[in-house]
Formats: sequence, structure tokens, C-alpha cells
Amino acid sequence: MQKNTERMNIVITGHVDHGKSTLVGRLLADTLSLPEGKLQDVRDSCKKNGRVFEYAFLLDALADEQKQGITIDSARIFFKSAQREYIIIDAPGHIEFLRNMLSGASRALAAVLVIDALEGVAENSRRHGLLLSLLGISQVVVAVNKLDALGYDENVFRRIKNEYEEYLETLNVKQVTFVPVSAREGKNITTMADETPWYDGKTLLGVLDSFQNQPSNEDLFFAMPLQDVYRFSDDNDERRIYAGTIVSGQVKTGDAVKFLPSNKEAHIKGVEVWNAPPKTSARAVEAAGFTLEEDLYLKHGEVMVKSDENAPVSAASKIRANLIWLGENPFVFGKSYTLKLGSAKVEASLAAIERFLGENENYNELRRNDCGSVVLNLSRPIALTSFYDNASLGRFVIVDGYDAAGGGIVLEAVSDENKNADLNADFEEELFALLKKYFPHRFAE
Amino acid sequence: MNKLDKLESQSIFIIREAYKSFKNIGMLWSIGKDSTVLLWLAKKAFFGHVPFELIHIDTSYKIPEMIAYRDALAKELKLRLVVGQNKNAISGKRTFPDGLDRISCCRELKTIPLTKTLDGTGFRRVYDPKRDLWDEFESAEPYNAVIVGVRSDEEGSRSKERVFSSRDEKSEWDASAQPPELWNLYKTEFAPKTHVRVHPLLDWTELNIWEYIEREKIPTISIYYNQGDGKRYRSLGCYPCTNPVESDAGSPAEIIEELISGKFRNIAERSGRAQDKDGGGTLETLRKEGYM
Repeated sequence: MQKNTERMNIVITGHVDHGKSTLVGRLLADTLSLPEGKLQDVRDSCKKNGRVFEYAFLLDALADEQKQGITIDSARIFFKSAQREYIIIDAPGHIEFLRNMLSGASRALAAVLVIDALEGVAENSRRHGLLLSLLGISQVVVAVNKLDALGYDENVFRRIKNEYEEYLETLNVKQVTFVPVSAREGKNITTMADETPWYDGKTLLGVLDSFQNQPSNEDLFFAMPLQDVYRFSDDNDERRIYAGTIVSGQVKTGDAVKFLPSNKEAHIKGVEVWNAPPKTSARAVEAAGFTLEEDLYLKHGEVMVKSDENAPVSAASKIRANLIWLGENPFVFGKSYTLKLGSAKVEASLAAIERFLGENENYNELRRNDCGSVVLNLSRPIALTSFYDNASLGRFVIVDGYDAAGGGIVLEAVSDENKNADLNADFEEELFALLKKYFPHRFAE
Repeated sequence: MNKLDKLESQSIFIIREAYKSFKNIGMLWSIGKDSTVLLWLAKKAFFGHVPFELIHIDTSYKIPEMIAYRDALAKELKLRLVVGQNKNAISGKRTFPDGLDRISCCRELKTIPLTKTLDGTGFRRVYDPKRDLWDEFESAEPYNAVIVGVRSDEEGSRSKERVFSSRDEKSEWDASAQPPELWNLYKTEFAPKTHVRVHPLLDWTELNIWEYIEREKIPTISIYYNQGDGKRYRSLGCYPCTNPVESDAGSPAEIIEELISGKFRNIAERSGRAQDKDGGGTLETLRKEGYM
């Protein structure tokens, strides 16, 4: 019965008024994914207010949005193709709503970028391309829209394609497909248009269907950020359960495991479940829970890996990262922030701005909506990977007070000679204390 | 992993994150299918336990089967259940259709007691599963956060929600000024006195809910199914404002069939809920004031 078992999150983005909402409305209508009530509600509301019906109105469901005529937040909309189910996120084009666009886009595996053929590549077209690369979204289809207004001119399409392709290449965004469309007229959206005989590619929907869904990390190294440790003894349950969502690989009972950065070792005793058949293994993406042979005192924030696997997870207290700043106040030197990565939460500070991505170069601080390559100092080591080794252990957000102020991806852990010296010093001190305790006569004063 | 496994995993992650982050947290249980799925996910997240209170707002106009089912399930699953109610509005007949229009009635019987139950100022009845007894309290500690089973495909304003969504001291929601929420790195740091709504089911559709109920064999209330008269409820609420739909579906499997290829393929779920229809943006107005 479950025909569409696959689901993909996609984001639709582009400069303001380039036709994103119209495109989404069209996709919904042409794939017959609209609830009847919804279309009728919007048609009725248009009639009542003396407006001509537009596909874009389908999405602008919030009352104050309709008044302003712009999309404020990333709405989550569902539609189905023959291939799979999509959650489509219509991201706002206005720069002041960038935080909403990112919230939507961070959940997406692929992106549709809309460019108005009449206006060509706009500032926001570039900016959104940059942000997609920052979020690690590599599957992009560019819809060159409103070609109906230009008589479906092949030259216009080619010119925009060349210009934008060149730009995306500088950002390391590959696998980009360009489709000439008219969202309003429904051309090349779900069916090939007679108006563009010079175009021999796929429809927009065809390109989306050709994208890869989330690659499974099941066959890679095992890693699970420890989200929490449970013991419900009030409820007569003496199990100590180490819970978290597995982000990569698999593990089974009896496996030797290690927690980072504490380096504590243990063995998997049981894979815990409720209302499911008993099991002895768990794999990537499961929200799992384990009992261990050894009772360890662990706080959330540790990452569990297999002892014999050599996972590329390392404890780092200094990282190089690409970051976008969204905070009310700028990201400045000499201030303490909270960094969240995996299940870890740590104090962080800005150590260097190495490269400014985008316009307005400024190496003193990052202001709202600025992007840059930075180095961050962490107050203690946390377990992480580069974004390219594992997305879940290689991305982070920064909280400034109570303000979710930035986000980014880890390029690499930066080795820090001084930090190692500190660790050695700690070790020496500990050793000295032990020697003093067990061989006190050697240290008689 | 299939679609339902992924949704389950994602929701459990959110429920665990919420439990970890807030000292006094509860879960809203409307008795309906969505919040019962939510309850099920909590049992899974905590390996058979529900380590927080379940909160139900009883308007006194609920379809009677709902209350019977609620009390039976609370006993069976050993749930600590908190029931809030606006007794004054009910005894003073400030309700629909007696004295008020639909929206004002929702405000009196749902929004006000919900707000007062959450901030600790309202009267409540509490079921203690260990003693199998109900206690009554005039007030309680406020909740810092509450887990709610809203879905984004239900209605426009719900599609705009964040997973961790803050309300100010007056329980009000500003949809256009929400913080960024990147990946699953939810911001769980909030200023004191902020009240937080946590939404683990945003990405589920009505169909997913039924598919999961079918797969997990979750006990759901009988009025969702045709009882022999060719009618069933698709969405549950108060009886003056909720109408059953014509349908022969008598099981989750038959409801799934109906949603995929049958008569409800293109009809919105809340089409039987009258309060959504009174003028544009009604549910959004209610939600801004603290409605679910």
C-alpha cells in the first residue's frame, strides 16, 4: 500500500519577485497535490477581495503575509511525483528574511533556484548560491523563469546559464542543471513545452526526480553523539540507557566502543527497544539506546565510536569553519559565545577571520548576513569531524545569549601546539600528584 | 530505512532534546490521533516510560467517547494526566451556541484554560496512575515547555512553525520574527519566563499518521472508524463544531486506502472543523493568542 515510501526535502529560493511562489503553486497544482479545499479557499478569498487568482497565493497562507504580498517564512508544503514524496520549502527572497531561508534550506537535500529571465542574475541569486554551498547542498536545479515574456528566446537562456554556471563553479557547487520555464504558464514544469524545441533536457520535475536522496551512511564508520543517559528507577526500571541518534555506521551487542573526547571504553550489552521485536544491532539514522557492560559516568556531548574502527572523529578545541552570521549583534573578537555541535555544547570565541565570502569585506567582525571563513577557539575539546566526513558531526550553530546567531560547517580541526602543551602539563601535574600520594617518602620536605 | 522509520527517529530525537532541555515539561494530549502518536513516540523515546505529565484541556463539550477513552488509556499506560478546564465560562454559559460565537468560545474553553494550566494559575484535576486516583489542585508550578502534536500540512499558519517555538509571557506567538533553526541543532536556550512549544510532528502528514498507527497498532479512539452507520470522525473536537464525514472506513488500513486513492484524496482534513472557516486567518488569530 505504501507506494511512495521515499521522501525528499527541497528548498526553492531566488531573488524577490523572480516567481518562486508561483512555481511552487504550479508544481502543487500540476502534480494534483492540492487538497481541494485549499485551492477553493484561495479562489474564494481572491473573489471576495476582488483580486485575480494567482498560484502564488496558495502559499501565502498567513494573514499578514497576504497584506504585504511577500513570503515571510519558509512554509512546508508537500507534493508527490510518480517517483517520490517531496517536502518543498518556499524560501523568502527578501534579504531581511535570510534566517528563515536558511532554516528551510538547512533541512533540504536539493535546491531549486529561480532566476527571472527578464532581470537576469541578481544579487540575491548569487547570495543564495553561496548559502547553498555553505549549507552543503550540492544538488541544484536553476529554473530560468518568465521566458514567456521573452518569446522563449534561447539566447537569453544561454546567457543566464553561462553567467551563473561560472559563478557556481567558484563556490564548488557542481551537478547544476538549468531548465527554461514559465511558471505562470506551466511550461517545462511537469510536461515538456512545445515553445522550447531547442531545449532537450528534462522538465523541472524530471530533474528533481533524478536527484539522489540522502546517501545512507550505514556502511561507513560508526558514530553516535550521546544525547542523554536515562535511568527510570522511580518507575522500577534499573537499566542505565545511553541514548542518541546514530549518525553513521552500525553497531551490535558485544562490540567494544569508546567515547570521545573522554576516551572511556565499554562494551555494548543490549540494544534497547520498546514495542518492537528484540534486536542485537542498530544502524545509522536510528534513535537508539544501549545498555553497556560497564557502568560509565558520561555526560551528553560525548560521541560513541567503535574501538577498532579508526573513525575520523577527533577531539578538537580549535576549528576552521565556513560560517554565516545571523545575529542581531555582530560576531566580534574577545566575546564568549555558545557553540552547539552534535550533542555537545561548548563556549567558543572568534580567533580569526581568514576569508570574507561575499561583498562588504570587513575583517574586524561579521555582521548580520555576512559569510566568512573563520577560526574558532573552543573552551574545551569536543568530538567532531569535518563536514565532508560526516555532515552531522561537522556542522554547528552559535548562540549569542539567547539569540540563535550563526551557523556553519567545519572545514577542519586546527592542531594547536599550545593546547597540546596544556594537556601535557595537566598530565604531568596528575602524575606528580599520584607519585606524591603513593610514594610520599620521596617527597618529604 | 523507510519514510516512517525516518520520521519516527527524527521525532524521538526532538522529544529527547526537549526532555533534556527543560526542567518542567509536559505534553499536550488532545486524545486525537496525532497527539496519541506523539504519546507513542514518547514511550519509544524513553523505552516504555513517559517521564512527564500529559495535559488535556477539557471543554466539557468533547464527544463523550473521547473522555472515556482518555481515562482508560491513562490507566492502561500509567500516565500522569493533568486536566484543565475553564469552569467559570462553562457554568456561566459563555460558550457556543449559548452565548458566544465559535471563535470566542474556542478562546474561553480552550485558549484561556490552556494558558492557565500551562502557567500554573488554573484549576486542574490530576490522575495519579500509582494510586489510580484523581486529585484536585487550584494551582501548580508553571511548565517551561510543552510538547505539541501539530503538523505543518494541517493548516497554513502551522506550516510556519519552528520545532522549538517560543511564546512570550502572554503566550503570544510572533510568526514573522522567529529565530533561525538550522539542521537539527535546535536552540534550546531561552530567557527565563519564556514559554516554549516543541513540535516533533511538523513533518508528518495525515497519511503518515495513519500509516504509523497501522504499523504500530496504536490504540485509537473508536469514533475515527465507521461504527455501522456509514459515518466516522476524521478530526476530533467539540461536538457543536465538529461533524463526522460520510465514510465506510472501519480500520486504519481502510482509512489509508481512502486517503491514498479514495474519496478524501483531495479534501482537507479539517474541512469538518467549523472554527477554521469564520473569516480569513481565524486559526492563526487563535494561535497568536496561545491556541495550539
